[in-house]
Amino acid sequence: MEVNPLDLDAYSLSGAVLSKEISVSEVVRSVIAQVELREPSISAFLHFDPEALLEKASVLDEKVLRGETVGRLVGVPVAVKDNMVTSDMPTTAASKILEGWRPPYDATVVELIKDAGGLVVGKTNLDEFAMGSSTENSAYKVTRNPHDLSKVPGGSSGGSAAAVAARMSILALGSDTGGSIRQPASLCGVVGVKPTYGYVSRYGLIAFASSLDQIGPIARTVKDAALLLEVIGERDPKDSTSILGERPKLVEREAFGVESLRIGIVSELVDNCSTEVRDRVFMAARLLEERGAKVDTVSAKAVTLGLSAYYVIAPAEASSNLSRYDGVRFGLRKDGSSLTDMFFSTRTEGFGDEVKRRIMLGTYALSSGYYDQYYGKALATRGLIRRQFNEVYKDFDLLLGPTSPTTAFAIGEKSNDPMAMYMNDICTIPSNLAGHPAVSIPFGLADNGLPIGVQLLGPDMSEPLLFQAAFELERLAKENLEDARA
Amino acid sequence: MPRSNTAYEIGTPWLYEGYELVVGLEVHTELKTRSKLFCSCANEFGNIPNTNVCPVCLGLPGTLPVLNKTVVELAIKIGLALNCEVRKSTFHRKNYFYPDLPKGYQISQYDLPINSDGYLDLPSGHRVGIVRAHIEEDTGKITHMGLSGRMDKSAYSLIDYNRAGVPLTEIVSAPDIHSPDQAREYVVELRGVLMALGVSDGRMEEGSLRVDANVSVRPMGSSELRTRCEIKNLNSLRSLVRAIDYEGKRHVKLYMRDDAPIQETRHWDEARQRTDSLRSKEEANDYRYFLEPDLKALAPTEGFIRGIESQIVDTPKLKRAFLNESLAGEEMSDQVEKAIDLELYPYVKHAIEVGVSPRLAIARTANELAATISDAPYLSIERFVEVLRLEEDKEISPSQAKVLLNAVTKRDESVSDIISALDLKKADDGETRSVVETVVAQSPSEWARFLEGQDQLMGFFVGKVMKLTGGKADGSVVKDTLLQLRQRDS
Repeated sequence: MEVNPLDLDAYSLSGAVLSKEISVSEVVRSVIAQVELREPSISAFLHFDPEALLEKASVLDEKVLRGETVGRLVGVPVAVKDNMVTSDMPTTAASKILEGWRPPYDATVVELIKDAGGLVVGKTNLDEFAMGSSTENSAYKVTRNPHDLSKVPGGSSGGSAAAVAARMSILALGSDTGGSIRQPASLCGVVGVKPTYGYVSRYGLIAFASSLDQIGPIARTVKDAALLLEVIGERDPKDSTSILGERPKLVEREAFGVESLRIGIVSELVDNCSTEVRDRVFMAARLLEERGAKVDTVSAKAVTLGLSAYYVIAPAEASSNLSRYDGVRFGLRKDGSSLTDMFFSTRTEGFGDEVKRRIMLGTYALSSGYYDQYYGKALATRGLIRRQFNEVYKDFDLLLGPTSPTTAFAIGEKSNDPMAMYMNDICTIPSNLAGHPAVSIPFGLADNGLPIGVQLLGPDMSEPLLFQAAFELERLAKENLEDARA
Repeated sequence: MPRSNTAYEIGTPWLYEGYELVVGLEVHTELKTRSKLFCSCANEFGNIPNTNVCPVCLGLPGTLPVLNKTVVELAIKIGLALNCEVRKSTFHRKNYFYPDLPKGYQISQYDLPINSDGYLDLPSGHRVGIVRAHIEEDTGKITHMGLSGRMDKSAYSLIDYNRAGVPLTEIVSAPDIHSPDQAREYVVELRGVLMALGVSDGRMEEGSLRVDANVSVRPMGSSELRTRCEIKNLNSLRSLVRAIDYEGKRHVKLYMRDDAPIQETRHWDEARQRTDSLRSKEEANDYRYFLEPDLKALAPTEGFIRGIESQIVDTPKLKRAFLNESLAGEEMSDQVEKAIDLELYPYVKHAIEVGVSPRLAIARTANELAATISDAPYLSIERFVEVLRLEEDKEISPSQAKVLLNAVTKRDESVSDIISALDLKKADDGETRSVVETVVAQSPSEWARFLEGQDQLMGFFVGKVMKLTGGKADGSVVKDTLLQLRQRDS
């Protein structure tokens, strides 16, 4: 039987394309076949154009044949979350307000993927403007979990996580403001990385909460995630918050192991989980210990305040970031009898309920007379969380915890209860507030057959160590647990 | 400046029914940079609408601002020239909806501006405090079409985003201004500073320099600060003076009938010569300022600041000081004020530096050069100095020097050729004396009165001599001769 290119990891696939064992067109045909098979039931994509894809593939094939320099991702399919702008595909952020909008430029990450020879296969579904934890808030469609079609894939990068889990793409980009890469990765049984704030350029990422947003990779393996992060992790002069200097190498960390790494389990993070998830975290800890890591529990009380601080800061920034959708220059416009009327009708019709809820929350939090009470206090809390984490990192190299308190929940189960929905992010939000990196690694299945993810957290720029430990956890899962692939 | 029909007279203090004016000015100046504040689009006035735009200054989704370093340099220059403290600063978002504001917020500076706590000394000696001078971005330009100039009554509106993202510095004065004339003096002096620094072209009518006035009044002698109104749409120095005068009187009249003004923004109506309420209270904006997360704090090093300081040479204050020092105590303040003009100053400065008498250099600059500079295609610093030297060496008379100076600016010929062509050789002193004697002989009755001590007739005789010599006589020789003749005849 012939090898399906989609069964390969990105590393082997680009190698096979370079050595002309597989053509990019063959890769694309496999992607199209897989999308035809799985997409009707999963609905991961907002934009997928097979013909345009075949054209791009033949251009790449000619380059390979002519022996031109092609990058490290040559022929590798990458699905891109639809809140990153693409000049050759529409970009909607899953909102009606951007329906039909064609950006005149590419996001820096998209440019980097194209420069590396990667194939942007399509744009994936998300909660509108990345606001949500289930991808149910999309204005266009509800994405389903490839492991169980009655369950959510998580969110907001649910389309990207589902596409990778269902092998409709090998790699994907997500964005993570409060857990939006890690939580869907966990629920779909794939690897998701939220890098240090400023590690990956935000230029071209449609802003939700600018001080928290960060783009990162979603992949089936830790090595593929490392490869993609090496490609997109570049200093970008177009993003003033981009970290200066070279990014470290990550793929080479595969064989480093965890010998004598000090790993802490944050008790406040495991306390809020289902028993099954908690047990799996302790199992991971025990296995890491067997490989030579020093594991201990540690308390960081401030992380329990993360959710409250987050739901002031993120909506506050969002209320400002979303002001530009006024119907004047791009996207949806609903006419009105006056200027105010036009603004009002456009935004009333263009935004969904969750987006409106957060705009109102944020506007209120920033209002004069309430600023100190809400926004000011949330900023102070954010500082406290960061300081407490850094205190903990004096004794530990990395922290271990759950990614999501539970496995995937049913579609519709929490959509009418915002607070229950917000609780999904309780384990992931602290890293965003601190600006720190974190990785979610699949760690087997629960009794209901759904994937469980565990999370590794580290201080600023600890990506090499995080990957080192993630590689080990991936090996441990393979040796000790059922395959979590969909 | 034409006189307004209001009672206020330029150059006088303002006092109305026992109340004095308390005015603070906010001056927005567009900075002369090649590119915009946060993107690389051209910062140019008068181009085809919406051609100097890109995803960043159009506020398209996903774009981010990158601070223009030149703007920081120019802003620091302004701060140093206004004696401000230059500090670590941050950017904030000022949130409000308007079609000319692409992102729905303006990136500005709020609680930590780059420059604060300075002052500007006016030529009159009055010192006006500078509260802050901060960096912010300009908006686009909106034009309401059809029917009326106001948006709600127009048929449609056009927006030009060429101006969106153009760098501005907002300079906020303390409420240290107490008359419309002082306000005018402040703006003129500040404009002089900005133009001398090369940071702004200072054109009020084109909007590259925009002034808003915060006006209140208080009983003379009190130190309280009462409710102020912000006056917008002051497009000329004349509107500035009239609007402040009008608004001050409006406040006084309200207080006199036991009423009081409300804090609001008002619009100067040039046609009707009055201010009108611009926004009702219900529409008062809450700008929801918060720290701009897309930009880092701005922390210029001491070395960077000192480097900029060393580039500042020609502010009006420094120019004035140079001229007054050169004059060594001689009083020529009116001419000095004229000579420090941006275009004139290089001439007077160079002339003094190469040894021309400061008195002569300043007089010729402030009087003759000022009158001709707007149409002086053949003027150069060298030619200017050449004429002054001829006059100083008494090769030509002062009146010939004036004629020559004018000709030198307009004729593409060497100075000596122009002298020959216009026959501007000074008359021989002996010749002059004989002309004087002729004139005296021709006017016996005037001469008799002059002998009786009517000194004002000196001018009469000098004029006659000049007429007869075609301006070639040296005035001082004429006067000397007249005095000698008077001594002889009396």
